[in-house]
Amino acid sequence: MKLIAIIANRLAWLLPTVAGLIAITFLITHVVPSDPAALAAGDAATEEQIAALRVQLGYDRPLHEQFFSYVSDLARGDLGTSLYTGRDIASDLNHRLKATIELTFVAMLITVLIGIPLGVTSALRRNQPFDHVVRVLTVSGLAIASFWLAMMLQLLFAMSLDWVPLNGRVEGFPPRGGTGYFIIDTITAGRFDQLGSVMAHMVLPVATLAIPATATVVRFVRAGVLEAMQKNFVLYETAMGFPQSVITWKYILRNALISTVTQVGLIFGIMLAGAVVVETVFDWPGIGSYAYNAIVLSDYNAIMAFTIWAGVIFIIVNMLVDVLHAIIDPRA
Amino acid sequence: MALLGGILILLLVFLAVAAPLLSTHPEDVWDIHLAERLQAPSWTHFFGTDRMGADLYSRVLYGTRITFFIALIAVSVSLAIGVPIGLLAGYFHNWFSDLLMRVSDIFLAVPQIVLAILIAQTLGPSIPNIILALSITYWPWFTRLVFSETRALQKEVFIEATVAMGASPLRVIFLHILPNISSAIIVRTSIGMGYTILTAATLGFLGVGAPPPTPEWGRMVSESREYLPEAWWYVAAPGMAIFIVVMGFNLLGDGLRDILDPRLRRAPAGEKK
Repeated sequence: MKLIAIIANRLAWLLPTVAGLIAITFLITHVVPSDPAALAAGDAATEEQIAALRVQLGYDRPLHEQFFSYVSDLARGDLGTSLYTGRDIASDLNHRLKATIELTFVAMLITVLIGIPLGVTSALRRNQPFDHVVRVLTVSGLAIASFWLAMMLQLLFAMSLDWVPLNGRVEGFPPRGGTGYFIIDTITAGRFDQLGSVMAHMVLPVATLAIPATATVVRFVRAGVLEAMQKNFVLYETAMGFPQSVITWKYILRNALISTVTQVGLIFGIMLAGAVVVETVFDWPGIGSYAYNAIVLSDYNAIMAFTIWAGVIFIIVNMLVDVLHAIIDPRA
Repeated sequence: MALLGGILILLLVFLAVAAPLLSTHPEDVWDIHLAERLQAPSWTHFFGTDRMGADLYSRVLYGTRITFFIALIAVSVSLAIGVPIGLLAGYFHNWFSDLLMRVSDIFLAVPQIVLAILIAQTLGPSIPNIILALSITYWPWFTRLVFSETRALQKEVFIEATVAMGASPLRVIFLHILPNISSAIIVRTSIGMGYTILTAATLGFLGVGAPPPTPEWGRMVSESREYLPEAWWYVAAPGMAIFIVVMGFNLLGDGLRDILDPRLRRAPAGEKK
């Protein structure tokens, strides 16, 4: 019964949070700048061009009218038109989404597969050499700027050693296939040579995304396990004769993972933010590089749309994680 | 660990302040010597030169000032906004505190960099705008921390006793609650400095940071992209600087947390020997 209340609460707050985000974005882009039309027109525009653009984009209307049309457009899923390409932003973003999802999914997989065991082992071997090494690595991993990491990895592994390709998603033409996810498409087409190329192209971008995320996961799992180890049930189970491995991997891990699961939202945010940088450096055709191009070209519509779009996705993911946490942890 | 971080930070502060004395080519922050562009590290140019012929060592050194300036002010403003809001929201249990937390949730709902890009891009590339963008997006972290710490502390008996003795809410909050949660705030501040520096550098890399020719590290790394792999020093030097500074703050924060948090000091029950 309480679970339903929690889920209902989270769902209820979804809309106001999104509404708040939209309000803030509107404030920043329409109210704060002294002349949004001049911003959109760019530095080289003349007075007449700015005035014409102001009418065309509707900035001459009263604020509440602008806000109303802004919100109603968003409600219809219309994110506006790119000032640079002239195309519909929503379709552009959806088109490029799959590339980013593929990258982020693989990176999260690696993060979880490496991070959780590393964190548990580090906690079990607390203050021993293994733990010290892991802690140094995690502190370092969190201190590296992702754009710098990306470029250094490129420099070392692609340019100097030539072990992996420099950028892009695949060599030559993209695989024929329905899903748009290259790993799946190459397998279904039976083109295993292409699969190799696709995976080789993924190595560096995934590494760049995974390293800070793994560092975060290791720290949280380690802290979670350490805290769980102090609980009474551990003492009880040890006294009852449970094997150490069972205590660790079945019971302690379960408790530690609860806090880690809630951090998935945080990690997803890191990935999304990291995607902008990583996709830019590696020429990955996803939404991150779309955002970067929008920034460079001062395409305000696109930047605004990206902010709302990314924000909404992030809000929904966090809500799902909250609900998941409520389901997993009966104590909450 | 905290000691190492502290020493690192003090060293960097010293470098920032003494930059004009230590740098070999102080005028290179603004001047152009195109004849000397993209030279490898040497005894005259410790870190080599960049695409404008400016001495990279000096620019990185001056970049320390910019970085500290931006991060210090941004985190201070976030602190000044976030902590009072967190205290008020945590102490009182009414619709107002709910509202405050919902507002901070909205800001936390979006990854910091996304909102910061929007703000910085809209307002234009300048140092005050960066600071604004960073502080607007970071204050909720302090609020959330202070909120949960305040709520936890409220259940303590001594708070109940103080209120029973007739202390006003203001007095309880600032004289009793705040001092007890200050260690958590300090830890968060140190880690926040590191985080803010990374975000500021990322903004610089993406081109929405401080305008050229400001010697901002993120921008320098971005400039180096087209000159790789030959001009490796161009990407290595500023990036390394970012790494060392953020590392210092992270170590300091972690070390402080280990010192200040009594819970972690007990030996765990199920530890493998």
